[in-house]
Amino acid sequence: MNSFLNAERPPVFCPGCTHERITHTLDQAFQDMGLVGHQVVIVSDIGCSGLFDTFFHTHAFHGLHGRALTYAAGLKMARPELKVVVTMGDGGQGIGGAHLLAACRRNLDLTLLILNNFNFGMTGGQFSATTPPDAQLGSGFLNQLERPLDICEVARSAGAPYVMRCSGFRKNLAEEIQRAIAYKGFSVMDIWGICPGRYTKKNRLTTKTIDEALAKLPPLEGIVAENTRPEYGQHYRKMAAVQKKAAKPAVIEARYEAPQIGRQEVILLGRAGQRIITAGELLCIAGLTAGLKTTQKNEYNITVLRGPSISELILSPEKIDYTGIDMPSVVVALDQEGVDRRGNLFKHLAKDALIIQISGVTLPASKARIHQVDLKNQGIKRTDWALASLAVLAKLNRIISAEMLMAALKLKFKGKNYQAALEIINRLGLN
Amino acid sequence: MAYSLLEGNEAIARGAIAAGCNFFAGYPITPATTIYHSMLNLLPSAGGICLQGEDEIASIGFCLGASMAGMKVMTATSGPGISLYSENISFAVGSEIPIVIVDVQRLGPSTGSATRGADGDINFLRWGSSGGLPVIVLAPVDVNDCFTLTMHAFNLAEKFRCPVFIASNKEIGMTRENIDLDGLDLPEIISRTPAPLNRPFQPFQTDTGQTVPGFLSIGDNVLVRQISSTHDPHGYITTDPDEIARSQNRLKDKLLSAVDHFTFHEAFNMDNADTLLITYGVTARAAKAVYNQQCRQGNPISLLVLKTLWPVPEHLIRQVARTVKRIVVVEMNMGQYVREIKRILPEKQIDFLGQMDGRLITPAQITEAIDSE
Repeated sequence: MNSFLNAERPPVFCPGCTHERITHTLDQAFQDMGLVGHQVVIVSDIGCSGLFDTFFHTHAFHGLHGRALTYAAGLKMARPELKVVVTMGDGGQGIGGAHLLAACRRNLDLTLLILNNFNFGMTGGQFSATTPPDAQLGSGFLNQLERPLDICEVARSAGAPYVMRCSGFRKNLAEEIQRAIAYKGFSVMDIWGICPGRYTKKNRLTTKTIDEALAKLPPLEGIVAENTRPEYGQHYRKMAAVQKKAAKPAVIEARYEAPQIGRQEVILLGRAGQRIITAGELLCIAGLTAGLKTTQKNEYNITVLRGPSISELILSPEKIDYTGIDMPSVVVALDQEGVDRRGNLFKHLAKDALIIQISGVTLPASKARIHQVDLKNQGIKRTDWALASLAVLAKLNRIISAEMLMAALKLKFKGKNYQAALEIINRLGLN
Repeated sequence: MAYSLLEGNEAIARGAIAAGCNFFAGYPITPATTIYHSMLNLLPSAGGICLQGEDEIASIGFCLGASMAGMKVMTATSGPGISLYSENISFAVGSEIPIVIVDVQRLGPSTGSATRGADGDINFLRWGSSGGLPVIVLAPVDVNDCFTLTMHAFNLAEKFRCPVFIASNKEIGMTRENIDLDGLDLPEIISRTPAPLNRPFQPFQTDTGQTVPGFLSIGDNVLVRQISSTHDPHGYITTDPDEIARSQNRLKDKLLSAVDHFTFHEAFNMDNADTLLITYGVTARAAKAVYNQQCRQGNPISLLVLKTLWPVPEHLIRQVARTVKRIVVVEMNMGQYVREIKRILPEKQIDFLGQMDGRLITPAQITEAIDSE
């Protein structure tokens, strides 16, 4: 078998560093699996574990600290046939914690080798997510204040189907790495090692003390039965294959004539939950059935079923540039919240402007003509008032005609929703 | 005439698909979320991949991985997400990873106002990643631009192997508008140039006169190295100052020397105009209304609508501004791009109109700014 190691770029780890041992062990595992270089990508990030990709004749992707699992996910989704091996340190688990949790939950077929040496080696021995509180390190007393993370327990509770905790000196480590790579799903190996450049300068850690510490913890030897489930990529492809093809946007032929000539501006003043935006869209579609250009600019708060909802609509035979409305020809006052938000516009309304006032809404003074409608008494639910107001407009033959509205309903709604919309229109005596 | 009704965000998604996009990853954020929804509707059923990352960092990370495996990738967010993208944006710049990044801008700073528009990220997109090397930023004005500029964005990302931003705005992305999808002037699709296979592959090798290295995908038979650290043509870390300087200059020049080939804009030049309006994005719509009005009233002005914002199309700006005495720059922020105009045209009188309160700048405000000399 040919070694995967790059003879021109031998490892540059400190003498006695467990990383070097793992480098050779990983090479052995690749060889034993009968792989060739282009079937593997090593994804790494920052720190001494981030040097791994340079020593191997494989594809390599070396990125930002803690983010290796994110690049690996993109690579694996794009190339399901690739063996994706991620090397990260204990530092990367801290900064990339969210990605570790998500990778465990996702169960994409990646192998994460955590080269856990209990500190940030490259930057000067600061404490990491796994540093014991009693260690003497470059972070002064700070590591005494934090509790170290048990990566394996976290991975297991986050749903990783394969979790193994072991020493970097384990005799059959190559075999174990092979087993993790061969596992069809997200596999995590937390491999404990020695950092002679930093950690063991002031802290005692040997192969023996590592074994002793591991012996005190509940063993994790690979497959986590309760987390076993379909691999994400396969599952994704299976589900994607049965998704309905997206429809092309409807092309709306000009068939009708609009009731008024020239540019018309309409503003719907309502509140969230009244389906203001849908009504605005219907008005635009109705405009398209008359060959008009149209824009719909919306305003609402971040709250979902609370707060004002406003839709500004322009229908025009000319190209529409500015999408704002200062002098609407029609104001539909559907709810006090919307009216209050745009209270200022009423005093500027022209004499020939029209306000559709739904009963119960109080209007500021204006010169415009007011058309009152009681929708509640006609048994129309508040959530349908915006739609009903379009029927009111059509009945008045203002902005849209009845046939324009009917065509718009047909284009926008299907089946039950179409029937429900028709019923509301009928109640207003339009159809 | 037969139109469809589309919001800007959906037009971006459909433009992306038309450009060959087959991988999207995003994280929900108003006002960009409907791009993600549209991609989820369009991509998986068409054999592509659409993912929701655990955060914005993961989303762009997925994209960079997939792009290096040869896919055409896009992500979409708003200002707070661009902040989180920053480390990976500089990765894509320095390590030449094609990606289209949509910023549907909302009112900042910080979490700001999720449902209000602004153009407050224009300088952030240019300068908001470490290293300060150039990026490409395109700014749509309307739903047509959302479709076509997204296609151009993919082409540029592929051609130059770099991130390309679409600087949209809530007032474009979430505004619905009529569009004639069959009548659009669409570019030919460009894909990244493969590296020659008749010599040993070096992931960042460029021949004399070549500014963009040839691409091979991670996962193909030839081994590919990608690396975020300062690297040599082989993709290994280098400390050689000459090597580093060569590479940095190339990254700068590959875009700055080519901007004249992708200077998207609309210029309305009146021979006898003294005043030139320069603007971009949704504000260009108010400016066009003013331009038409001024022409009708016999007080002609010139208007330049920039759709390539970065690199700054300096030749175009100088050319259009040649004959005017005064320039009014209008933008939906507190004064960002106006700095570039002042830098390029130090000899001209340059006035500024800006606003950042969630409202569109109105034609009346622009007219007043023109009149208040």
